[in-house]
Amino acid sequence: MRIAELVMALAMAALSLYLMWKSMELPIGWLPGRGPGGGAFPFWLSLGMFLCCVSIILRWIVRASPPSRSTEPYMTAQTVKWFLLVAGSLTAMIGLIHVIGVYGAVPLFLIYYVRFLGRHSWKMAGALAIFTPVATFFFFEIALKKTLPKGFTEPLFYPLYDIFL
Amino acid sequence: MEVFAFLFDGFAIAFAPLNLMLIVAGVVVGLFIGAMPGLGSVNGVAILLPMTFLVPPTSAVIFLAAIYYGAMYGGAISSIMLGIPGASTAVATTFDGRPLALKGQADKALVAAATASFVGGTISVVLFTLFALPLAEVALAFGPPETFALMVLAFATFIGLGGDDISKTLFSIFIGLVFSAVGLDIISGEPRLIFGGLTGFYHGINFLVLAIGIYGIGEMLWTIEVSQGEAMMSKATVSFRRIINILKELRSSARTMVMGSFLGYFVGILPAAGATPGSLMAYGIAKTIAKNPETFGKGNVDGVVAPEAANNAASTGSMLPMLTLGIPGSPTTAILLGGMVIWGLEPGPLVFVDHPDFVWGLIASLYVANLFALLINIGFIPAFIWVLKMPFTILAPIIFVLCIIGGYVPTMSMHDVWLMLIFGVVGYLMRKLDYPMAPAVLAIVLGPLAEPALRQSLIGSQGEVMIFFERPISGTIMAIAIILFALPLIKIVRNRLKKPKLNA
Repeated sequence: MRIAELVMALAMAALSLYLMWKSMELPIGWLPGRGPGGGAFPFWLSLGMFLCCVSIILRWIVRASPPSRSTEPYMTAQTVKWFLLVAGSLTAMIGLIHVIGVYGAVPLFLIYYVRFLGRHSWKMAGALAIFTPVATFFFFEIALKKTLPKGFTEPLFYPLYDIFL
Repeated sequence: MEVFAFLFDGFAIAFAPLNLMLIVAGVVVGLFIGAMPGLGSVNGVAILLPMTFLVPPTSAVIFLAAIYYGAMYGGAISSIMLGIPGASTAVATTFDGRPLALKGQADKALVAAATASFVGGTISVVLFTLFALPLAEVALAFGPPETFALMVLAFATFIGLGGDDISKTLFSIFIGLVFSAVGLDIISGEPRLIFGGLTGFYHGINFLVLAIGIYGIGEMLWTIEVSQGEAMMSKATVSFRRIINILKELRSSARTMVMGSFLGYFVGILPAAGATPGSLMAYGIAKTIAKNPETFGKGNVDGVVAPEAANNAASTGSMLPMLTLGIPGSPTTAILLGGMVIWGLEPGPLVFVDHPDFVWGLIASLYVANLFALLINIGFIPAFIWVLKMPFTILAPIIFVLCIIGGYVPTMSMHDVWLMLIFGVVGYLMRKLDYPMAPAVLAIVLGPLAEPALRQSLIGSQGEVMIFFERPISGTIMAIAIILFALPLIKIVRNRLKKPKLNA
């Protein structure tokens, strides 16, 4: 936990410096007749972020904050495993949406999660994998008229559009 | 009298068939969301806000407010039945609700929680009705300096009352404000903070992307980590006769209910305070004023009644500054406020003038939602218990899918979906190190209102920052904000002064 506290503070300090540099693409000072420049608001706030990170690091050095005193692991091996499996599957699902669309990626994700991570029956996984996309289609595409990404499966939906839209 | 005329019109809106249906649906959804460990009103409202584009703004806010309300009722169910708070707002309910359940009096605890929630909700909605119009009329005279001072006050409450690490709270506020500045500069129209030249950043970072990332994906990851152990479910059977008997017994808790309601309402108005500290404070006071404080923590029904009355009252209280001043009183109302912007309404006192149907429809719907929440809560206790038995490995993927689609729908951009995933994962990793996330969500909602107020004020004063202190209202608000900023420092000094005395 102690190392994680320092790593996070350093990472956020680096992000703050990047944001300060990025804000400077627009004027950060006073423009006569126009008030503060466009970059001023984010620049000074990013500086504030950086100073907060410095304070967090100083408190880490003197072991003032609870995480900097903690001897607990930041993540147990079990937590790391779960985190990677869940966050990894989410990343894969979002990546797959670009290729096979929501209606391909969502059922695959549900089958993976319910059947393999949750160890539920194939019947349960299959039922969710069918029901969720169908409900999604009727709610979002038909009722809300919000077209969801379909990747290369788009032509398969033309007959459905003809019927429902 | 004017208020009653408006309220009457509001009831006409709330009782329109569509709105009534949405109130019932919202309350049911809210009750389930509140009852699920790890999910609270803020998660429900964040994830479901994109689904409300189907209906007009008034109906949408009525639905979301009903979810908010229902979730406050529902939080008690898992606190009592599982010993796991359904949401942070129901933590205090666990202290005595769980011991009551373990003694075989789960039904008493559940009915007491529902009744107290109803009393808290009713008292707070009446207070809301009485305060809303006068406060909005005062706020109509606000200019940019007053608006900015209010924003500063909202952030100051997180420092003064939040109780989290100050550096991390400030960091959270700053990063939320910086993210709110991404997109086009509001005055010059020039592109600003377009990371990596990605075109997705030109439309800014939608507050929902951060809110769903943190309260949807991040919260799920957190819950998956902490709920690895098996929970033990208590048994409860509720009969009509038993309810009547419990209600008779609850007459002795009336004073506690009223105390919790008033306390919760006023604490709820403060942006950083809200329902969680409100309920904890109410529990503490109930214990202090009780004749038998030693029974608290062992199954005293007043220990359930006080926090439940307070958390419902606080949820209503937090809507008061949202509607009248354009400052959210809680993370959930921050998301509702963001929703108002999406629906094309300008948050602040002008809503009362420009869209009275929206405001009074919402206020009247709170009365109706309160009644339905009580009836549905008591009537469907077995259904909620059944849902609590649903494995998290079935619920979690469905919520993940809702988050992904909910993140896509507002802007129809996959860029935002990726951003939401990053926010969710990083938010989860930061939360493990005690970085508070609520200030960041509040800041990304308030940023687009705070920056123009600041810049307009400074342009008007030729760069003179004293404008915020010289005007009477903004000066007073700023003075309160400074006191709140200084509060942690005062506490440290006081503790240091006390220590030598103890050592002596």
